[in-house]
Amino acid sequence: MPSIEILLAGAMMVALTFYALMGGADFGGGVWDLFAFGPRKRAQRELIAEAIGPIWEANHVWLILVIVILFTAFPPAFAAVATALHIPLTLMLIGIVLRGSAFTFRSYDKRTDDAQRRWGRVFSIASLITPIWLGVIVGAISSGKVRGESPTTIDGFVVSWFAPFPFAVGLFALALFAFLAAVYLTLAAKDESLREDFRLRALASAIAVGVMALIVFLLSASGAPVIRERLGQSWWTWPLQIATGVFAVCAIAALWKRRFRLARFCAAAQAALILWGWGVAQYPYLVVPDLTISNAAAPAITLRLVWWALIAGAVLLFPSFYYLFRVFKRGGADAQIGSEHP
Amino acid sequence: MDDLLAARSQMAMSLAFHIIFAVAGIAMPLMMCIAEWRWLRTRDETYLTLAKRWAKGTAILFAVGAVSGTVLSFELGLLWPEFMRWAGPIIGMPFSLEGFAFFTEAIFLGIYLYGWDRVSPRAHLLAGAMVALSGAASAIFVVIANAWMNTPTGFQLVDGKPVDIDPIAAMMNPSAMGQTVHMLLAAYAAVGFAVAGVHAYLLLKDRNNLFHRHALAIALAVGGVTAILQPLSGDLLGQTLARYQPVKLAAMEGHFKTEQGAPLRIGGWPDEESATTRYAIEIPYGLSLLAFHDPQAVVKGLEDFPRDLWPPVAIVHIAFQVMVGAGMVMMLLALWAAVSAWQRKALPDSRWFLRSVVFSAPMGFIAIEAGWTVTEVGRQPWIIQGVMRTAEAVTPMPGLEIPFITFTLLYLFLAVIVVWLIARQVSDSPRVYATPADNVEREEGYAFD
Repeated sequence: MPSIEILLAGAMMVALTFYALMGGADFGGGVWDLFAFGPRKRAQRELIAEAIGPIWEANHVWLILVIVILFTAFPPAFAAVATALHIPLTLMLIGIVLRGSAFTFRSYDKRTDDAQRRWGRVFSIASLITPIWLGVIVGAISSGKVRGESPTTIDGFVVSWFAPFPFAVGLFALALFAFLAAVYLTLAAKDESLREDFRLRALASAIAVGVMALIVFLLSASGAPVIRERLGQSWWTWPLQIATGVFAVCAIAALWKRRFRLARFCAAAQAALILWGWGVAQYPYLVVPDLTISNAAAPAITLRLVWWALIAGAVLLFPSFYYLFRVFKRGGADAQIGSEHP
Repeated sequence: MDDLLAARSQMAMSLAFHIIFAVAGIAMPLMMCIAEWRWLRTRDETYLTLAKRWAKGTAILFAVGAVSGTVLSFELGLLWPEFMRWAGPIIGMPFSLEGFAFFTEAIFLGIYLYGWDRVSPRAHLLAGAMVALSGAASAIFVVIANAWMNTPTGFQLVDGKPVDIDPIAAMMNPSAMGQTVHMLLAAYAAVGFAVAGVHAYLLLKDRNNLFHRHALAIALAVGGVTAILQPLSGDLLGQTLARYQPVKLAAMEGHFKTEQGAPLRIGGWPDEESATTRYAIEIPYGLSLLAFHDPQAVVKGLEDFPRDLWPPVAIVHIAFQVMVGAGMVMMLLALWAAVSAWQRKALPDSRWFLRSVVFSAPMGFIAIEAGWTVTEVGRQPWIIQGVMRTAEAVTPMPGLEIPFITFTLLYLFLAVIVVWLIARQVSDSPRVYATPADNVEREEGYAFD
């Protein structure tokens, strides 16, 4: 049985994975709103809005869960990250505020093209920028430049994130979220031509994901040496990398063959494995190199209570989420595709 | 502006902004549910329209509340990392629970807003009830964390560090009960009166519109009952303050000299230099009676405490007067409506009554902002009462005016848009009259229908 702090770090990874797979795809939807083109431009945007409308707020809460576990169970790590990465965190928050409010304003503003276009632009640009900052933050945490002690110079608030590696991770996150969104949207689409639009987008962004993965890997040599060393040398790294690669290839093949349910499964598995590959490479660090899961952990009583709160919360949460998705994500295209490909 | 003041300003501005949307997220779902329940009971379509209309407003307010709440959860660390490093293990627990309450609220609000045609009417009403319940639970958990900052418990202090941590004892701190009840009642009262004010204004222009009559009745019931109950929870809090935060109480009352049989001061201007509160109306024995339920009790004045532990007295005293004054206006109006409802089985119908409701529409929100000013400014110079000073908690990040100004402008922009969108919704109200021939069907514009 792993120790309780490791279980909590694992729970944080689980929440982050859900955030990437669900909340990430909502941002990706915004990206495809920005890049909507062709004869079905309007239909694409309506499909995106319909797909994320009922669920984006619930999906967004995964991020809050990550943060509350972090600051309750590992307070020094939260303090270190929030201090050293003040600037990218603030920029990400501005993106989160503008994405959510502009999306809602668009839904409740006049139906005229002008009003819709105005809010649509704010929503979609914020959807593009926010994942980049999220990736920059993750990249900086892995880089080894965010230290346990607070920075003492103005430079100290910039050097840890203003580097090629964090921004490469930012673009990687963006590509991954856009890819997930495109794959999910093939299942949400109700007519064939719209589905083809998103199939092509999914294939294109799958390539972008591959390219960005390679760039991040190459840059990690100098940008995140500790993580790179572990990815290169540990015994678990090859099975994990191979599994990620297999799902990536399967996702593309399934999209090619129009097996959209299979594509969704493979894309989600690929994204989850990428995250867990990073998570395992970080282990036992929370913030490389000073703060580890054990030296940043809160007293045992706090950890135990948070753990029980998470279990009680999960009992409430998962049935509720299941209900939400059953109400909104069944029927329509899903059912049709199901009957085409039994 | 120094960095500490910038950090405090950003936090104050973020909280003042978020609280408006947070209370809407607590109270609007209750009112929607009442309207929908009335529809299920009476099959009067006006109630269904009302529930749908209120739901639209709630959708806008909730989204802004969700994103501004996210900002706050990060700002705890962005602005006060040392506070979080110290207090996270003790008081992170209610935030974790709040996380789950927020989840439930967001999930079921999604079902409520978009699920009118997808789930059965009973399941739909139940989803609304889940939203209302989890909204209230969120508020309780967050206010418990704030109450702990006022009356910290659940740890031993050894060499400035907390040991023997007990997060459950921290949640059960002495202010928790009083503060959570006070905040919940405030939320229902503020939103009830604000919504009642909007419908009263429209009724003044369109006297027989049943849509607004139904709306006014529900909103006033929610706001009125809670406004009448509010002084009881205030009394509970006053006694907690007298015991645990006598400096804050003294500042609230502009009470400088320790006295037996202390008077209650209404209004007035506290002057820290001369240690007197001028121009106040004094009610003999009032303060002793309120703080200790004993006219002869000794109430400690500010003079008993070191000068550097005084909060800004004038701000705290005046904010407190504003809160109580606004609360009184609401309570009196609620009593007027209650007496009429009791005697005539109907709300008062006069123009003067409707005008009073319009006048009192912002009172609840004024009281909430003033009340939080009392709580937060009244705790200064401490971030954790008696344990950690605000100045010790602040981030070393330089140039904090920049995020302060950025978020202020961002929130001002959002505020303007929200007001404009809600005004648009309101100006397009349905018209429903007792005689069917007068009814005008209005198109229900709904997102992407």
